[in-house]
Amino acid sequence: MFDYYANPARFMKLSGALLPWVSGLTVIVLAVGLYWGLVLAPADYQQGETVRIMFIHVPAAFMGTACYGYIALASAISLIFKHPLADVAAKSAAPIGAAFAFLALMTGSLWGKPMWGAWWVWDARLTSMLVLFLLYMGYMALWQMIEEPIQAGRAAAILGLVGAINIPIIKFSVDWWNTLHQPASIVKSGGPSIHSSIGIPLAIMFGAYVLIFSSLILAAMRAEILRRKVRNMRLAQAEGGYHG
Amino acid sequence: MNPFFALLMRDIRLAVRQGGGGGMAVGFFLIVVSILPLGVGPDLNLLARIAPGLLWVALLLSVLLSLDRMFHADYEDGTLDLLATGPLPLTLVVIAKMLAHWITTGLPLVIAAPVLGVLLNLDTQAFLPLMLTMLVGTPALNFLGAIGAALTLGVRRGGLLISLLVLPLYVPVLIFGVGAVDAVLVGPSPFGSPFLILLAITLVSAVISPVAAAAAIRLNLD
Repeated sequence: MFDYYANPARFMKLSGALLPWVSGLTVIVLAVGLYWGLVLAPADYQQGETVRIMFIHVPAAFMGTACYGYIALASAISLIFKHPLADVAAKSAAPIGAAFAFLALMTGSLWGKPMWGAWWVWDARLTSMLVLFLLYMGYMALWQMIEEPIQAGRAAAILGLVGAINIPIIKFSVDWWNTLHQPASIVKSGGPSIHSSIGIPLAIMFGAYVLIFSSLILAAMRAEILRRKVRNMRLAQAEGGYHG
Repeated sequence: MNPFFALLMRDIRLAVRQGGGGGMAVGFFLIVVSILPLGVGPDLNLLARIAPGLLWVALLLSVLLSLDRMFHADYEDGTLDLLATGPLPLTLVVIAKMLAHWITTGLPLVIAAPVLGVLLNLDTQAFLPLMLTMLVGTPALNFLGAIGAALTLGVRRGGLLISLLVLPLYVPVLIFGVGAVDAVLVGPSPFGSPFLILLAITLVSAVISPVAAAAAIRLNLD
């Protein structure tokens, strides 16, 4: 199956069939998650209603980090197996991951002002998230500045792999340094320490964000494949000269 | 003479005779350190407190601006093509170039740093730790920067792109470098912890960068 869908035409057929269903499911799950989290879930005993930003902020931060992991994986596959669609996947994931990271930084800032009294602090988690956002920017800039898609893909793959070292640093930054940011409460030894009345809508929002990513990346990959097709057609036309 | 040392000596000789490399980097270092107090104000106590950070940031910027001297000249006149097909594996070629670049550009910066620290009222007990951290940190800056330089070989007017690619990778070096110096000046925490992590970063980048940079060069030579 991995090799079967390496053929762009087959991938276009599969993604075209999947996309409406995935988008529809995204809308439904996102609506359920948002309503449950922002309206139904109980307010925190300490933070009051502002805790509801968590339902937007935490999954966004997770997705921002996970997308870079996705890019690193796709880069590795592109370099090692030379899978034709791997660099398309990586290129398409970058703006989505950058948007998630930016959303996490913004909502975190909005949450930080009432909670900590500051729009921004230079603690380990925030700094490494900001560095992640800068890595996305650099990654997208490299794609932009190299003209030829295959060459750009390989260069971006190298950069993607080199930057992947930042991911474990982000995940463990709140544990390694004494920081203002809340330490891990879900993926830690001893199991999650969130009550289910908040944990379940949070899990639904995680699922919704993964679905958002899925539908966006399918659409973006389709667009990139079509973009390359147009480019090839233009080049062929230019080479064909005046007898086309 | 074996090819690695031949290449190393060639690059050092070129950098020294053509001039500009080490001298301009130190000049830029001096200029940045000079304009910083004009920006933050001449209060000596403030300057003394932020001197390690300012010196490290100025060092970062100086190394950044000198990065395109590593490969671009050889790329443009075709020498890199010859080196890539020569007897020395491309990874070793890259190591030789990075080493030559560090000797001609990084070392002068390290030596200049305490002198410039005087301009920023750096506490004298921090001079040796500063030089030590920079001695250990500048190779990391060069190695990581080589990746950026190699990736942007084919890009025209890619100066800002190198900065954008490489500065996020520099952040850990900066954090631990300044952390080590501050540990001597201020903190109860020992100098050893951030210093050893800085050393670890340099060693890891010494292994990863030649591989990544060689791959990037091979990519750009096709």
